[in-house]
Amino acid sequence: MQELNKILSRYAGDKSDLIPLLQDVQSKYGYIGEEHMEEISNFTKVPQSEIYGVATFYTQFRFTPKGKKHIAVCTGTACHVTGAQHVIEGVERHLSIKEGETTPDGEYSLESVGCLGCCALAPAAMVNDEIKSKLSLRSLKKLFR
Amino acid sequence: MKLEEIVLKEKKDYNDLFSNKNAVLIGSATCGNSAGAQIAQKIIKEELEKAEYDCDIVDVGCIGLCYVEPIITVLKPDQPAVFYGNVTKKVARQIVNSHIIKGEPLQEYALGTYGEGRIDGINSLFEEKSMKLQERRILRNCGLIDPTNIGHYLAKGGYSGFMRALAMNSAEIISEMKKAGVRGRGGAGFPTWMKWQFCIDSNQETNYLICNADEGDPGAFMNRSLLESDPHSVLEGILIAAKTIHAEKAYIYCRAEYPLALERLEIAIAQMEENGLLGENIQGSGFNLEIIIKEGAGAFVCGEETALMASIEGERGTPRTRPPFPTTEGLFGKPTVINNVETMASAALILQKGAETYSDVGTKESKGTKTFSLVGQVKNTGLIEVPLGTTLKEVIFDIGGGIVDDGNFKAVQIGGPSGGCVPLHHIDTPIDYSSLIGVGAMMGSGGLVVMDEKTCMVEVARYFLEFIQRESCGKCVPCRLGTKQMLDVLTDITEGKGTEEDLEILPNLAQGIKQGSLCALGQSSPNPVLTTTRFFMNEYESHIKNRICPAKECKEFIQFAIDPQLCDGCMVCLKSCPVGAVSGSKDEVHEIDLDKCIKCGTCMDLCKKKKNAVEVVNAL
Ligand SMILES: Cc1cc2nc3c(=O)[nH]c(=O)nc-3n(C[C@H](O)[C@H](O)[C@H](O)COP(=O)(O)O)c2cc1C
Ligand code: SF4
Ligand code: SF4
Ligand code: FES
Repeated sequence: MQELNKILSRYAGDKSDLIPLLQDVQSKYGYIGEEHMEEISNFTKVPQSEIYGVATFYTQFRFTPKGKKHIAVCTGTACHVTGAQHVIEGVERHLSIKEGETTPDGEYSLESVGCLGCCALAPAAMVNDEIKSKLSLRSLKKLFR
Repeated sequence: MKLEEIVLKEKKDYNDLFSNKNAVLIGSATCGNSAGAQIAQKIIKEELEKAEYDCDIVDVGCIGLCYVEPIITVLKPDQPAVFYGNVTKKVARQIVNSHIIKGEPLQEYALGTYGEGRIDGINSLFEEKSMKLQERRILRNCGLIDPTNIGHYLAKGGYSGFMRALAMNSAEIISEMKKAGVRGRGGAGFPTWMKWQFCIDSNQETNYLICNADEGDPGAFMNRSLLESDPHSVLEGILIAAKTIHAEKAYIYCRAEYPLALERLEIAIAQMEENGLLGENIQGSGFNLEIIIKEGAGAFVCGEETALMASIEGERGTPRTRPPFPTTEGLFGKPTVINNVETMASAALILQKGAETYSDVGTKESKGTKTFSLVGQVKNTGLIEVPLGTTLKEVIFDIGGGIVDDGNFKAVQIGGPSGGCVPLHHIDTPIDYSSLIGVGAMMGSGGLVVMDEKTCMVEVARYFLEFIQRESCGKCVPCRLGTKQMLDVLTDITEGKGTEEDLEILPNLAQGIKQGSLCALGQSSPNPVLTTTRFFMNEYESHIKNRICPAKECKEFIQFAIDPQLCDGCMVCLKSCPVGAVSGSKDEVHEIDLDKCIKCGTCMDLCKKKKNAVEVVNAL
């Protein structure tokens, strides 16, 4: 909680700080937990239900932890026409999980995201902070290295 | 030091780098990095150290030739610069040992030269066909300067536009923008000068400026590339716009999916502060400005102006009715101008070079140049910039080099989910605001997704509806439920459950959604269906009546088969099939068990280069 207080102390507590605050909490903990919600609510004086309302509107926010390796496959138009669906299905088969899930050992999680801006080298995916491009069923291994 | 003195020094340093130094420029925007630019850089460093050779290594942005990334540029004293593409580890080593150390350029990997002088066997980069038709103005510095070094931007004439604007009043700046004829590059093409004027006319104490860097349009990355390659050109435009509308606070709303753009923006803003280009009393003019970066949180609708403002205010990003327009009642209730990244960069360019130079290309109603991200099944994918009025054909075939694998062109999707698919018989359409609307598409932000015969147009329409349905904020019933229903109908058609009635339901739904939706997301959501039914009705009918997907893409209508005449039993397909659907022993013809096959296409992919024995056939 000390870490959380450190994050909170960087803000004035205005309503317009809400989204950046949630972003900071998520980048620190990997997700936003109930205990964080409570603190954020006390700090900003915005009711928890309303914070949930805001947070769930944006796809960036998650309320369960990610895997150690988080794979976000792009489903933008360029990636779609070059085979993003095959990439997602390939990863799902490899990890035996569905999109949006985390492997039971917490190693990997998979999700689909909007355009990563790497469309010229489609299909693309982001693995933690690194973008892997020109993926194919053959090169899927790139994602698990 | 005064800014003029800094500029003189930086000009000297920059010219020195290009004419008197051993240096390597590494194209390290997101696209370059994903293609291996950092790996190439590491190898180059190692080789240089091994040889104890003195050579600068400079990170630059993306020159736009993404299809041959990673790209590096070698600078030697008294020689033109040489651009190299597809720089693998091996090529990187060779370049260091041959070109950098021995001074012997490598023809086979060179893309072209840049600058004065000639090198035998290597053409000038900008004289190559795909570059010649381009007019690089907004992108003039991309790939040629270090985006994390304000000195490079200053050396290239940067911030001279802002200095000029400082000596002008708002009316004079607006008149310059009007003369240039620049229209907003975020999609709708609203005249920029007019928006700025409306904001001033609302006559309030506090005004805000917002730079829209959300770029949610899937398949478009022009804004990302510019922010990563030349952030100061956007920031200079922000200064000019803020000065014009008397804003003391400017926001940049940039999506979180662009971490490198965000990082480079932060660096650039700090450099502006160090050089007296931000903060209080900028350059002694009495003008104050603070720039605040707001990270988007993954909602396409937040690109819409009123939703974007709600998001900055800490709310759910839902649009509201207009009027009041943001220029009268915007962020925190104050008059607000919202402009796109490229619009901001255009303002800097106009003030730097003058309205006349800016508008000496383009058409009567669409002035200047526009950047596009050229992607999909086209050979030369990347970022381009052409005068407005250039035809789709020139862009796709001359600049883009045509279709990959020598396939046939089917359509180009332009304008993202709000736009449309332009078919072959409209390929001579000039790219300008009105011509595109004439063929059912729209300029949008600049994503051009090229599709070949292997793309099913019903599936494309379904894809866009799925996108829109997911991204609808849910406020309006027609948008929330109507797009869901459209999606269901399209899904049925691609899954072989379509009926002829569906073709009547679609236009009715389109009408209702267009009329009943509050924001442009809902209003334009039927466009993918409207243009694909207009130009590709035969594909819809084929799915419904003949149960055939002409592109052989929709899984329900196809199956995979191995041609016994071509198969030589190499086992490649068998080993790679993820579900064990292939059987056969070595050197004997293989077979696919259709009950097990999940139609993933791996086997075909792998066999293509060998025997090309796996084929897709109609299931019926
Ligand atoms: C659903 C939706 C998404 C949009 N996304 C963007 C975007 O990502 N970037 C952008 O500049 N404009 C976007 N726009 C257009 C903006 O609302 C606005 O018109 C534009 O930023 C104005 O800038 P300009 O006058 O410089 O074109 C979007 C509009 C809608 C309806
Ligand atoms: S049209 Fe759709 S996205 Fe726009 S406000 Fe209505 S529900 Fe939201
Ligand atoms: S298409 Fe995929 S599942 Fe079917 S046989 Fe080929 S590799 Fe196996
Ligand atoms: S469409 Fe996938 S990176 Fe843009």
